[in-house]
Amino acid sequence: MSQTGPLTDSGLVQLLTPAGVRVEHPDYSPRIAHLDADALRGMYRDMVLVRRFDNEATALQRQGELGLWAQSLGQEAAQIGSGRALAPQDYVFPSYREHGVAHTRGVDLADLLRLFRGIDHGGWNPADHNFHLYTLVIASHTLHATGYAMGVQRDGLVGTGDPERDMAVVAYFGDGATSQGDLNEALVFSAVNNAGLVLFCQNNQWAISESTTHQSRAPLADRGPGFGVPSVRVDGNDVLACYAVTAEALERARSGGGPTLIEAFTYRMGAHTTSDDPSRYRSSAEEEYWRQRDPIDRLRALLVAEGELPAEFEAGLDADSDALGERIRAAVHAMGRPSTSSMFVHVYAGPNAIVDAERAWFQEYEASFLGGGEGAHR
Amino acid sequence: MSTTTGTQRITLAKAINLGLRRALESDPKVLLMGEDIGALGGVFRVTDGLYKDFGADRVVDTPLAESGIVGTAIGLALRGYRSVCEIQFDGFIYPAFDQITTQLSRMHYRSQGRLSLPVVIRVPYGGGIGAIEHHSESPEVLFAHTAGLRVVSPSTPADAYVMIQQAVASPDPVLFFEPKGRYWDKGDVDLDAPLVDASTGETGLDRAVVVRPGTDLTLVGYGPTVGTCLKVADAAAAEGTSIEVVDLRTLSPLDAATVAESVRRTGRCVVVHEAPVLYGTGAEVAARITEECFYHLQAPVLRVGGFHVPYPVSKLEHEYLPSLDRILDAVDRSLAY
Repeated sequence: MSQTGPLTDSGLVQLLTPAGVRVEHPDYSPRIAHLDADALRGMYRDMVLVRRFDNEATALQRQGELGLWAQSLGQEAAQIGSGRALAPQDYVFPSYREHGVAHTRGVDLADLLRLFRGIDHGGWNPADHNFHLYTLVIASHTLHATGYAMGVQRDGLVGTGDPERDMAVVAYFGDGATSQGDLNEALVFSAVNNAGLVLFCQNNQWAISESTTHQSRAPLADRGPGFGVPSVRVDGNDVLACYAVTAEALERARSGGGPTLIEAFTYRMGAHTTSDDPSRYRSSAEEEYWRQRDPIDRLRALLVAEGELPAEFEAGLDADSDALGERIRAAVHAMGRPSTSSMFVHVYAGPNAIVDAERAWFQEYEASFLGGGEGAHR
Repeated sequence: MSTTTGTQRITLAKAINLGLRRALESDPKVLLMGEDIGALGGVFRVTDGLYKDFGADRVVDTPLAESGIVGTAIGLALRGYRSVCEIQFDGFIYPAFDQITTQLSRMHYRSQGRLSLPVVIRVPYGGGIGAIEHHSESPEVLFAHTAGLRVVSPSTPADAYVMIQQAVASPDPVLFFEPKGRYWDKGDVDLDAPLVDASTGETGLDRAVVVRPGTDLTLVGYGPTVGTCLKVADAAAAEGTSIEVVDLRTLSPLDAATVAESVRRTGRCVVVHEAPVLYGTGAEVAARITEECFYHLQAPVLRVGGFHVPYPVSKLEHEYLPSLDRILDAVDRSLAY
């Protein structure tokens, strides 16, 4: 597809062709030189497991177990590549499709489904993983990430030179979010404060039904320089390139070099969510074009060509995938309905007479039906 | 920069300034953020001198982007900082409305109490200063209608000094509406006033107070209208009517109990605010008072406030704002029932 404007695939950093052949890059090849076969198999395994999880969640939605699901299908390289470049002390602000990044941060994937099942607005403790809750308003969290990075600066955790201490903040967002004022304000605030921030855009080509041409007439990465923010375009289906450009941006952030904008050029192979129908607005030829660039197939081809994908490994991974699917299904089925009164909890951190009074009234109201038979008031 | 102590007669603006100074001194995590709050000291000089004494890292001149101010304050709060954001004028808070209502108000709820956002948003609000458009508005109920936020407004220098410090110390986000038309009103301020009542352990930040006792009618105001209500009470007293004045101080949570206690004694209630009457604080107070004091009421609860029009040009604002005469008219109508 030879395209112009935001759809062009020129200028992408690529270390692995769609056929799985390595490409040398003077700046970025050194950043993956230490990734041995074990590390590559690890990334392959991550991507396979996350895709299995994603497919399982889609099935659970179709079975009525989830109210909605936002698939990450096709974006595994962008998420695993960037996620595996993170250090434990780095802090991530995801959007709502970063299931792969969540996996790299050690979040139990089942916990991601609490939100989509409608029993929780969050689902995990961000402090346990340095992985913030999903944010559904598409660019709001890019400002939170900026502020968090400003706090990290004030805490003296940037530019100390200690790799165990220096810390970066990463915000993930999509092509649609680049049109939001908040992202542009995040670029302004992070630039003038020299905040240690990586703004990681997964340009998956589609914001529900609007192609990137509805958001921009230039490649999205071109926006960075106008804010004084270095930018890079990367093949988002190339896990090695995504790892390399993220590692570079993280290093800049941790060392006090300020923010970076990364545009990972990828493709949303699935629907926006399970409520969407992409057949109404995009061609199967386009989907087929991207299917030929699948991130998992690409790394698999490399591992096979290098003789680093033994049959035992693949068999073990198959079994682990099946076990993960089973565990996810069981976990979702076991998720109970929250108590009615829990709706009144945690509205405020301190006491609040209005909420307390409404809660007390509602509990009394519910109790008044106890003698009235099953479901008397419903 | 030693802390001033004792009782001083100072303006409301100076009281907030000294309250912020004390907050900055007592907690190194407290930051001030806003437009022109640094070297200039804010367009109303509320942060005067703080930049010089606490430096650019703690008194932060931000880019001119209100959503960015509140959004980054949220991020700083997640990192353990307590930001006090200044929105330069009431009418400029709307770009931050999304961050305030979809993020700031809900992070504690969304996270099941794991995350708290102790952010204060200071908003100079209200009219009467002859300003151009967007500089005289009263958008407080937009925030009072949003669960998860606290919304308060002081009416005196003494309250402003204490309440701003209590707001900074609050674990919940606080919209702190400052009656800009009263910035230069002076009052006695006890600079050693405690932030927490030693006997109850409470701040009182969620309480209304009776600021003038009376027997014939309860007049309810907050922020800029409390002073007007007190003048109304003086004028009515000259005609033999005893008016009790309640300063709400907080709109969220609303302390309807203090108003109800008063109305049970007086039987009549008039609510006064600059914000439009339609769907306003007066409507909420009237509904609650009607529910709680129905058999004590001698008259319907009446409201005096702005009209259902955009804030008018300044040459007409004195007709738009609840004036002494319009409040007295409502008092007379209530007494006539």
